[in-house]
Amino acid sequence: MPHREHAAVDAYQPAGAHPGLDRPAADSHRDELPASDHAVLPPGELRNTAVREVLCEFCIHAIHKSERTPGPPPARVLAGPRRGFHRIGLGMPEHDVLVIGAGLAGQRAALAAAEAGASVGIISKVHPVRSHSNAAQGGINAALDPEDSWESHAFDTVKGSDYLGDQDAIEIMCREAPEELLDLEHLGVTFHRNEEGRLGKRAFRGASAARTYYVADITGQAILHVLYEQLMKHHEVYRYEEWFTTSLLQDDEGRIAGAVMRNIRDGTMELFAAKAVILASGGNGQIYDPTTNALICTGDGIAMAYRIGAPLMDMEMIQYHPTTLAGLGLLITEGARGEGAHLYNAEGERFMEKYAPNKMELASRDVVSRAEQTEINEGRGFADGTVALDITVVPRKRIHEALREIVNVGRDFAGVDITREPIHIKPGNHYVMGGVKTDINGQTPIPGLYAAGECACVSVHGGNRLGANSLLDTLVFGRRSGKHAAESVKGMMVREASRAVLRDEERMISQIIRRDGAGRRVSEIKAELGETMDRYVAVFRDEAGLNTALETVRRLKDEARVVSIDDKGSVFNQDVLGALELDFMLDNAECIVVSAIERRESRGAQYRTDYPERKDDEWLKHIDVSLDGGVPDISYSEVTMTQWEPQERTY
Amino acid sequence: MAEYALRIRRFDPESGEAAYWADYTAELPPERSVLDAILQVKDREDASIGIRCSCRAAICGSCGVRINGRSALACNTRIGEAAERARDGAITVEPMGNMPVLKDLITDMEAVHWKKVRRVVPWLIPAEDPPEGQEYIVPAEAMLDVTQAMACIHCGVCVSACLSLEVDPDFIGPAALAKAYRFVGDPRDGEQDARLQDLAEDPHGIYDCTHCFACVEVCPKDVAPMNQIMRLRRRATEDFEIKDQNNGYGHEKAFVNIIEKWGTLHEAQLLPRSFGDGSLVKGQLRPSGAKQLTENLPTIVSGLRSRKVSPRKALIHPKLPDQKQVRRIIKEIESKDERLELNLYIVGEMGAEEEGVMAEGGLEN
Repeated sequence: MPHREHAAVDAYQPAGAHPGLDRPAADSHRDELPASDHAVLPPGELRNTAVREVLCEFCIHAIHKSERTPGPPPARVLAGPRRGFHRIGLGMPEHDVLVIGAGLAGQRAALAAAEAGASVGIISKVHPVRSHSNAAQGGINAALDPEDSWESHAFDTVKGSDYLGDQDAIEIMCREAPEELLDLEHLGVTFHRNEEGRLGKRAFRGASAARTYYVADITGQAILHVLYEQLMKHHEVYRYEEWFTTSLLQDDEGRIAGAVMRNIRDGTMELFAAKAVILASGGNGQIYDPTTNALICTGDGIAMAYRIGAPLMDMEMIQYHPTTLAGLGLLITEGARGEGAHLYNAEGERFMEKYAPNKMELASRDVVSRAEQTEINEGRGFADGTVALDITVVPRKRIHEALREIVNVGRDFAGVDITREPIHIKPGNHYVMGGVKTDINGQTPIPGLYAAGECACVSVHGGNRLGANSLLDTLVFGRRSGKHAAESVKGMMVREASRAVLRDEERMISQIIRRDGAGRRVSEIKAELGETMDRYVAVFRDEAGLNTALETVRRLKDEARVVSIDDKGSVFNQDVLGALELDFMLDNAECIVVSAIERRESRGAQYRTDYPERKDDEWLKHIDVSLDGGVPDISYSEVTMTQWEPQERTY
Repeated sequence: MAEYALRIRRFDPESGEAAYWADYTAELPPERSVLDAILQVKDREDASIGIRCSCRAAICGSCGVRINGRSALACNTRIGEAAERARDGAITVEPMGNMPVLKDLITDMEAVHWKKVRRVVPWLIPAEDPPEGQEYIVPAEAMLDVTQAMACIHCGVCVSACLSLEVDPDFIGPAALAKAYRFVGDPRDGEQDARLQDLAEDPHGIYDCTHCFACVEVCPKDVAPMNQIMRLRRRATEDFEIKDQNNGYGHEKAFVNIIEKWGTLHEAQLLPRSFGDGSLVKGQLRPSGAKQLTENLPTIVSGLRSRKVSPRKALIHPKLPDQKQVRRIIKEIESKDERLELNLYIVGEMGAEEEGVMAEGGLEN
């Protein structure tokens, strides 16, 4: 083994043994499993007899000689994960940098902060590999090819954003994309190769060149898992898996001081002190029904930042993805159209010819979604309110190689073999372009508070995000936030945070749990919210509908204050977490609706039937929402322009 | 819409009571999932039922459970199909096996699965520094080849179903070994030899798998963990000639040699041949052979008792009538330049390609 690897690996060893690579590991593995873990297995559930029978079918000479073979002395192979608190004495757990959320943005931020020398804690309400970054199937954009250029990538992004994206941030993202991509490759991501063994790419919608790099159609998952491999390797990053953040803490001067957490496994509350906090808690798609988003995407970080006064930006910009399964809302990757799949209406017409004669199915997402919705609304859709996506035009070998995941989705969730027949799809909630307002280093206006990934709004996506730009956004701005946070807190003292907040939160949660069953159920309110948002704040919007939505959301907020709770326990009380998430979601929804009412024009994902034109003179600006006296307060900020003047947007 | 009876295994660690079964009903179309049914019960009836879930689309790997005793993701098991397999009218849902239960359907993945994953040194150890300003150049097939292992979502369903793990909780297990192949098969990794050495020599390593196919059957992502384990074995034996202390190498050689010679398994010769890397003579001559034979006497005795072997059978083992055919197959496989690998990302489903060719041919006609 090369020497430098020894060093990296040895750091993991309490007794200096190599991690099983240099010599047989013998019973090391047993050491790691405390006997008590097995004792908990319900008795009578082991089926040893069955196993012996299976063995016999092959031969009687059981190859399991393990217990009798004298092996090398037991060696402890890997120290367990650092899951315990990082405490100084008996005080609270504290870190230089606390990352909330462990998807791509969070993990990338944690690794970058650790690399820059900070002590890092990373917290997630689910195990990191369960994060919703998994769902990014298509790929990651980078102008790596010498024939491509970052300027071209940036222009596509600016145009895709309907000129609402901040061009300085977009320039940074596109410029740093190739290096980020190569870093990932060097860490071990198994990117698709071309015949020369170099990175291979595919075309994506809204892009002028093929610049999307991918791992089959599990790109997000592959990158997420490789980053998690790195987190397992870098023991200096403390992982707090299955911890739920309930609120952010500030010191007397308004600087961020940490966060309050609930350990989901046992219900204990803990105050985490930190010099800087990076929010990487993802989007808020669950406020819509249906949505492609996972059940965990409840806008927690966005709401928590909003509650301590951080402004949110571009919240009205909610992306509807053109190809989601009717009913469940599950995603069919745009990689399918990237590979050449066609869209048809019920009359068999390839309708994109009418809406985007040049780019056809590869036009920007908002354009394709509007086209589909128009077809459906005007009666040319199928009876179930859908149009058809025909992937059979893609060669079968290519489907197996590059679109395997959606073969499974089609088979398991729609009962359709996409290699043989078209699948019915419709536009569905997918992504929030808006979020916590940050600068190009991920800093929010609250000192010490950073945001990265979908919960942040830098803004690189403006009015409409291009496919395969979200992975890039999470990675580039995750890294920048982590690095900047680590460097800015060097030499800083831990901030003084009052334990009063912890006690308040504890009281608040126990009150929710103790509540009698008088109020509505969490699920009822959530269902009404989802239906309202999907009806009034979707692809096409108008003032009357938006006002109805706002009224409903505000009523639901009142009802949410007295939701009833079934679960009275402490261990994995998902019911009470659901109630907390519901509050977060309602804050998100209110900000979205208020911003959508405010923007009286059509731009990107915001299409107002009562204001169908884009009005650059009046509305080429961001809408910021911040909490003021318990209600959202609107202000505006300029869009940063560098080299691209707004033009008419056609595909 | 149809009504389904669900019988969910409940366990509240705070109550001091043992786990128990609770009955619920859900009403939904048959093509919806078991997870949808559980969520509906949670939404309408009892929100205290514990189950991890997130994506609803079999990509996050949260909702591994056992449905009618079979390990699966709740989100990609259709409720209608589960009802057809239900034994006494109710679909049973219980937590995954081989892992401690924390609450209701929630198991402690960390205590078992993630520990095992960390056991295989789950990160790339590059053979050389990355080339300046560009990617590592590697064959396209190699990347596709490890993609099947990369597709693992760490749901733990195979861990739950693994029969070897039930007998030997220390077995590294299907998911972690599939993860190991992801590095062994990755040409960028510089420690393939050491990794394989480690996994072959570990008494709970690659030779602890019993070929039962349970993991292949239940894997929701077609990772086919057992196939990955077999590839680890093939690389260990054929490419690196690792003669391990578990005798996995010898056992495999002995098996193949016996089949080549007789067409069926000659039980009595398997053991001695295993000690001689497949050769009977070598097995007898080795000083360690006698020792190992003595050690294995109890196995031999139990084999005699159960009449799996008898002195007569031990001496005379009949050849298969068309033994030549077996030899031909073995010869044909061995004559191939490349090992025959079943990898879904390269060949698709078994037979799909041929069918496709036939369909195209049909069109031309």
